[in-house]
Amino acid sequence: MSDTVIRNHEPNYLEYQGRYKGIFAWIFSTDHKRIGLLYLYSMLVLFSIAAILGLLMKIELIAPGKTIMDAQTYNSFFTLHGITMIFLIVVPGLPAVFGNFFLPLMIGAKDVAFPKLNLLSWWIYILGAAVALSAQFFGDGPPDTGWTFYAPYSFRTGTNMLPAVTGAFILGFSSIATGINFIVTMHRMRAPGMTWMKMPLFPWALYGTSWIQVLATPIVGVTLLMIVLERTMQIGFFDPALGGDPILYQHLFWIYSHPAVYIMILPAMGVISEIIPTFARKTIFGYKAIVVSTLAIAFVGYFVWGHHMFTSGMSGTALYTFSILTFLVAIPSAIKIFNWVATLHKASIDIQTPFLWALCFLFVFMIGGLSGMVLGALSANVHLHDTAFVVAHFHFIVFGGTGYAFFGALHYWYPKMFGRMYDKGWANIGLAVFFTGFNTLYLPMFYLGMIGMPRRYYDYVEEFHGPNIVSSFGAMLMIAGLVIIITNLVRSARKGEIAEADPWKGKTLEWTVASPPTLENFAEIPVVTKLPYDYE
Amino acid sequence: MEKEQHTHIVKYKTYVIVLIALLFMTFASVAITSINLGPYTVAGALLLASIKCVLVLLIFMHLKFDNKFYGIMVASVFILLASVIFITFLDYLYR
Repeated sequence: MSDTVIRNHEPNYLEYQGRYKGIFAWIFSTDHKRIGLLYLYSMLVLFSIAAILGLLMKIELIAPGKTIMDAQTYNSFFTLHGITMIFLIVVPGLPAVFGNFFLPLMIGAKDVAFPKLNLLSWWIYILGAAVALSAQFFGDGPPDTGWTFYAPYSFRTGTNMLPAVTGAFILGFSSIATGINFIVTMHRMRAPGMTWMKMPLFPWALYGTSWIQVLATPIVGVTLLMIVLERTMQIGFFDPALGGDPILYQHLFWIYSHPAVYIMILPAMGVISEIIPTFARKTIFGYKAIVVSTLAIAFVGYFVWGHHMFTSGMSGTALYTFSILTFLVAIPSAIKIFNWVATLHKASIDIQTPFLWALCFLFVFMIGGLSGMVLGALSANVHLHDTAFVVAHFHFIVFGGTGYAFFGALHYWYPKMFGRMYDKGWANIGLAVFFTGFNTLYLPMFYLGMIGMPRRYYDYVEEFHGPNIVSSFGAMLMIAGLVIIITNLVRSARKGEIAEADPWKGKTLEWTVASPPTLENFAEIPVVTKLPYDYE
Repeated sequence: MEKEQHTHIVKYKTYVIVLIALLFMTFASVAITSINLGPYTVAGALLLASIKCVLVLLIFMHLKFDNKFYGIMVASVFILLASVIFITFLDYLYR
């Protein structure tokens, strides 16, 4: 991509000694790479907690009736699992970790546009996480509404709702600040010669994502604030007894939370668009089509929130409109899939761990996307709404999409981030166990939903028992896979082989700097003369 | 990547006129709530709020004198939010 390969002998960002020492050199660092790692470590801790909660829920469901927890504990577990996974991991995940670390590197900049704001975003994230999680430990018991905080239950439940809602509100500021930072960075700090149509696809995905973060997050902020006011002052926004409308809450919540699905999935698509051409050793097929489809997903994604509310009692006109729009948003997603597959056609593929993650992403994302089509159809949705089918669908999209891309990105950029290579054998074994467990866990839930098992129930009738045993076994297998994967990565950060600057023969700018990069990334700002995936 | 813009000085008289217009519309927003316009009450309130917002953006925030690209971006955001509100009302008007 650049004509020059830059090497220098300055200390790398991990060794650099600034004004502060020890942990303070990290938590007060304005270096985008260190902030990316701060997010990574924070999220790995939170992810471990939320994954264990998920495993405990599946153990509870291994047999009908009470197994290891009562109904109220189960309700609080799925609430905490959802809040942690969605607000603290999946929504900020890829932009906060890999966006922070790689956006400046990929566009030839020394840092993001506002480094101090970037550090503030992490601090706000930690504050929001602390406030949200504090709901578990004091007051009238952990929240039990689910991560959606649906009205009117969210202001009637006696559980400790306010910290959870306030925490999610605070987290929104972190998201908005990161979004603004990235938009300005891409507008103002691209390397000379890097026109918009020479910018790699991961930054393009971050660009679309950042606009959604900036425009949609304030809506959920205001909505959550309305819940707080409703609980504390009984104003009557959503309470029918006071003249309010509970469906208004669902509208406002999903006006943010459906675009939030694209905050989760667009960067994931960006990651896959980086991995596939690198290991296919081939220019990506339809670069411009992928860029346009990224922006189209970001735009159309704003108008499909109502498909979460098909059984809420909305008007017929709204139902038809949302159903049609939902089918429309599948088109740009499908364009990307076709382009990735077309890139692989007649390619000299180098099968490495990140590429296997990308392939697994395509498989699970296709299942997630097609099951989404089933839910987008009004007639089918009436039967499947609030069943285990929906849980399976969104785990295939959110975990199967964002989660696989996250681990794919981690294995792809790991040598650049830490300067060491992980054990590829163990990485592949971990992926195989994880992938098997993932499908064993979630595929039976499609069937369970179709035969009528509702979501968010800790108990069920005997006819659901068989698939639940399979699903619970899958959860254990999946967690075993995650343990292998994470152990391998943590161990290799210190003991792995020293990685070269460009172990995968990538063509984007981050591969032209040392591994790990120096504090300021580039000794001199590169001049971009070629397209980002120039393998011809 | 982009060139810096030159500065533009707005006359105090313009600021005062805009301020008076904003105050007038604030009182109008309050007054309109006493008239029963049915579902159009919200539309009226949103219209007045939008005009106020556009005035602030154009004059106080200098969007009128800035690169047209930023104007297009802000207009896109307005269209987006207007579309979201319109679609929401496909539920409320036809329920």
